[in-house]
Amino acid sequence: MNAPNKSGWKPEMGEAGSGPVAKTASGDAGLALEEALIFELGGTGKCGVDFDEEPGDVSPALAKFARKAPVDLPALTEPEAVRHYTRLSRQNYAIDLGPFPLGSCTMKHNPRLNEAMARLPGFADIHPLQPMDTVQGAYEVIEQLADWLCKLTGMEAVAMSPKAGAHGELCGILAIRAALEARGDAREVILVPESAHGTNPATAAFAGYRVENIPATKDGRVDLQALKDRLGPDVAGVMITNPNTCGLFERDMKAISDAVHAAGGLVYCDGANFNAIVGKVRPGDLGVDAMHINLHKTFSTPHGGGGPGSGPVVLSELLAPFAPIPFVRRDEKGRLRMVEERGAKDHLPQTFGRMTAFHGQMGMFTRALTYMLSHGVDGLRQVAEDAVLNANYVLRSLEGDLDAPFGDAGPCMHEALFSDENLPDGFSTLDIAKGLIDEGFHPMTVYFPLVVHGAMLVEPTETESKAGLDRFIASMKSLTARAKAEDESLKSAPHYAPRRRLDETRAARKPVLTYKGEGVPPGTPSLSEIGGS
Amino acid sequence: MRYLPLTPNDRSEMLATIGADTVDDLFRDVPDGVLNAEISGLPAHASEMAVERHMKKLAAKNLSAADAPFFLGAGAYRHHVPASVDHLIQRGEFLTAYTPYQPEIAQGTLQVLFEFQTQVARLFGTDIANASMYDGSTACWEAIAMAARITRRDGVVIGPIHPHYLSTAKTMAKFTKDEIRELSPALIADAGDDAMIDMIDDKTSCVVVQYPDILGRIPDLAKIADAAHDKGALLVAVVTEPVALGLLESPGSLGADIVVGEGQSLGVGLNFGGPYLGLFGAREKYARQMPGRLCGETVDADGKRGFVLTLSTREQHIRREKATSNICTNSGLCALAFSIHMTLLGGEGLDKLSRINHARAVKAAGKLAAIDGVELVNEGGFFNEFTLRLVGHDAREVALRMAKRGILSGVALSRLYPDSLDLSEGLVVCVTETCSDEDVDALVAALAEELA
Repeated sequence: MNAPNKSGWKPEMGEAGSGPVAKTASGDAGLALEEALIFELGGTGKCGVDFDEEPGDVSPALAKFARKAPVDLPALTEPEAVRHYTRLSRQNYAIDLGPFPLGSCTMKHNPRLNEAMARLPGFADIHPLQPMDTVQGAYEVIEQLADWLCKLTGMEAVAMSPKAGAHGELCGILAIRAALEARGDAREVILVPESAHGTNPATAAFAGYRVENIPATKDGRVDLQALKDRLGPDVAGVMITNPNTCGLFERDMKAISDAVHAAGGLVYCDGANFNAIVGKVRPGDLGVDAMHINLHKTFSTPHGGGGPGSGPVVLSELLAPFAPIPFVRRDEKGRLRMVEERGAKDHLPQTFGRMTAFHGQMGMFTRALTYMLSHGVDGLRQVAEDAVLNANYVLRSLEGDLDAPFGDAGPCMHEALFSDENLPDGFSTLDIAKGLIDEGFHPMTVYFPLVVHGAMLVEPTETESKAGLDRFIASMKSLTARAKAEDESLKSAPHYAPRRRLDETRAARKPVLTYKGEGVPPGTPSLSEIGGS
Repeated sequence: MRYLPLTPNDRSEMLATIGADTVDDLFRDVPDGVLNAEISGLPAHASEMAVERHMKKLAAKNLSAADAPFFLGAGAYRHHVPASVDHLIQRGEFLTAYTPYQPEIAQGTLQVLFEFQTQVARLFGTDIANASMYDGSTACWEAIAMAARITRRDGVVIGPIHPHYLSTAKTMAKFTKDEIRELSPALIADAGDDAMIDMIDDKTSCVVVQYPDILGRIPDLAKIADAAHDKGALLVAVVTEPVALGLLESPGSLGADIVVGEGQSLGVGLNFGGPYLGLFGAREKYARQMPGRLCGETVDADGKRGFVLTLSTREQHIRREKATSNICTNSGLCALAFSIHMTLLGGEGLDKLSRINHARAVKAAGKLAAIDGVELVNEGGFFNEFTLRLVGHDAREVALRMAKRGILSGVALSRLYPDSLDLSEGLVVCVTETCSDEDVDALVAALAEELA
C-alpha cells in the first residue's frame, strides 16, 4: 500500500499486455466497472424497504393538498442499491487508498474509533430539543470539546455552532462587527491578504464589509508596512491565515495584531492551517481575537466527499460577549444547560444572534473529542511536528526539480509550495496534477494560492509514512522529468483513471443539472456528441 | 501513537535530508516564548479502549430515542434508516474522499450528487437543485438572499416557520439590512395564508412559507404563490419534513420559485441536531443565482459521459468578494445518505412511508384530543405532526414531567418561543412509523394522568 509492491509490476517489465485488446461487450474492463444512473437502472414495482403495515388513507382534511401520483423516483432493492453505490465508490480516490496531499485541505487519516463513537445510540439517536436533563452527556461532550479548543488556542471562549469553516469565518466577522457597533464605532473595510482563501473576502462582503487586499512581501508573508499604512478609523479588522496559504508562519503576527488593535480594529485568524501548530503555538498568544477551527482538518473528522464540516470559533475576552447562541453553561446546581433564545437575555445579552438551527455539528463533536482524547495534548504536539517534518521533507526533496518560490526563505510549515517556473513552455501545473492521477496519487492543490504562478501546494499531513512520501517524491520527480523531456503524453493525462479530462466548458455553457431522460448508458459517446454540436 | 506512522529513526533521517538538527528548527519563525508554551489541564494520549470507555460513559448519560416512547419533531424527525445506508456511507471511498475537484478520480461522488440533485428536484417539483447546503436553516437564509439578488428588493415576509430558521434569517438581516416582517404563529387552525398575503407589497422580495408549518398546519401555497407573483415577489417554500412530500403536492408544482428544506429525515438520523443537510431547489432560470455547489453532466476527452462541479464562477474560490455565497462546502456524506435512502424507497416506497406516518399520526391525535383538557389545534389537517393545546398548563413543564416518566412526549412551544405566553400551552407532537401503538398508548395514558 505505502511501498512498492515487490512481487508486482516493476518499471523494467515494460508495458503489460500483448497489443490491442478487443473491446468488451459490457463496457466494463475487468475490475474497472462502469455504472449507470439510478434513473437508468431503477424501476417501478420494486422497493428496497419493507413495511409492517398497509398504508392508510389520506384524512379528508388533507385531501385537497394530496398529490395525485407518487413522486417520479426510481427504486432499487437492497442488493441492487448496495451494488450501485459500491460500484460508484470504486470510481473515487480517497485517503484510504493513498496519499491525498491537497494543500490547505489537511487530508489526514480518519480514525475509525471516531466513527464508532459517533454512532453510539446515546449520541446518534437523541433529539436536539429533548428536555435538557435527558441529554446531559451530549452537553458534556460539547463542554469538554470547548475546553480542549480553548486550552489549545489560549482563547477565552468558543462558539460551537458554526457548520463549517466558512460559516465559522462568518461567525467571527459578525462577532467583530457586533463588538465594534456596540462601542458605536461602525467601520467599513476588512483587509485581506492576496494569498487568502476565497472564502475570506466572500465572508467579509456577505457581512456587509468592503474588502481591500494587502500585498505580500517577497518572502511570502503579509507586508507589515503596507498593512500599517492602510490601517485607519475605517478599518474594522484583518483576516489573516496563519500559517498562511504559502505554507509559511506569519512571523510578524504579533506585530500585525498590535498594529491593528492600536488602530481600533480586530484580528480574525483563518484557522484552516491550525494542524501545523496545534499543541505547539497558541494563537491567543499572538493577539488573535477570533479564529475558526476546521474540525474536519486538524481534528480528523471525515471530509465525506465534500462535507459535512464543522467550524467552531474561538474568541478573545473582548469578543466573547458577542458570541452567537446557543451555547452550553453550567447552572448553580452544576447541571448543564443549553442557552438558547430562552436565557440569552440573562447569560449573553450582547449575542449577535443565532447562525443555524439547533446546536451545531454534534456528530463531528463526538468524533473530534474522540480524536483529541486518543492523541492527548502530547500526541497533538507530535501531530504538528510530524506534519511539518513531512512537508519540509517533500520541500527539500523536490526543490532541485521544481521551483520552490519561498524555499530559500527558510522552512515551511505543514505544506510545501512549488510553482510552474521550471516547467518548459506548453507544460503546466495541470499536466503534473493529472500525471499524478496516473501515478496513483491524488493531486496536490493547484493554482492556489493565487500569488504564485501555477502554484502546486503539497500538504502530506502527519499520517503519511516515510515510505509513502518517498514513493510520492519519486513520482513527482518522474513527472517533472517527463515534462522537461516534453513528453506529450503527459498533456493528455490521466490515461488510467475512470475518466480522462472532462469538458468543463461544455458543462457550464449549457448546464445539465438533473437527469432528464435523454442520457445514454455510461461508457459510450453521448447522443449530442454523435450528432455534433 | 497508533495514528502516526513515522518512527524515531524516520524522523532523524528526514531531519538529516532537510538539514535541520531538531524539529523545532523548522518552527524557527515562531517567536520565542510563544513556541511550546505550556498547555495545562489537558490529558495525555490514551488507548482505544480507554477512549471508548470515556465516550461510552458520556453516551450513557443520555436518554436515547430508542429507549423511550418518542414523539419529538419540530425540525428533526426520527425515521427508520435501512442498515445498508450506514454501511454504504462508511465505505472509505465515500467517507474519506474530498470535494470532487479532480473529477477524473471522483466520478463516484459526482454521479451521486447528480442523482441526488435529480431526486431533490423531483421531490420538490423544481427544475433544478444543488448539491446540498449545511442544513435547512442556512438553506432558508440563502434562499432569502438569493431572492433579493433576483428581485433587487429588500422586503421579506416570513410566515410561521421554524423559529430557529427565523432567528437565523434575522441574524443575517441585521448585517444585510433586509427588512423582515414576520407572522407569528397562534394556537389556531388557520395557517395564516390571508395574513401573509396582506403583508406582501411592492417592496417584497419574497414570502417565506413553511409547508407544513411549525405547528404542523398546511398553508395554501398555490394561493400565496399567486399573490406573491402578482406583486413581483417570489415564493420561498420551506420543507422541514421531506417525507411529507410523499403525500403532499410538491411546492414547486404549486408555484414556489425556490424550495428549501432539511433533508435529515431520510438517511441521516437525529444526531442531536447535526450534521444535517440543506436541500435547495429552484427554477432553472435562476441557476446562476444559486448558492452552493452544482454538479453537471458533461463528457470526457473520449466522449464518455461524466460529471463535474459546474457554474463555479458563482463561487467564492473564483469570485471572491463577488460570490453568490461564502459557502465552501456542502453536506456531501449526508447527501449520500439521503440519496441512498431515497433510492431504496423510490416514489412508491415514499408514498407508502408517508401514508403510514400520516395514518399513525391521525390515529394518535384522535386519542390525545380525547383527553380532558387537551385540544387539537390542527383542525385543517396535518401530515405527521400536530399541535396540542394543554389547557391551563405550561407545556414545557408537562414535557419535563413526562420525560421523568421516561416518555419523550413532544416539543413544547415555550422552548422555541420563550417570549410568547400565548403559545406556552402548545405541545408539538410528531408521530412517525417508528412510534408503535404501545408507544402511543403509553403517551396517552401518561398525559391523561399528568393533566388530571
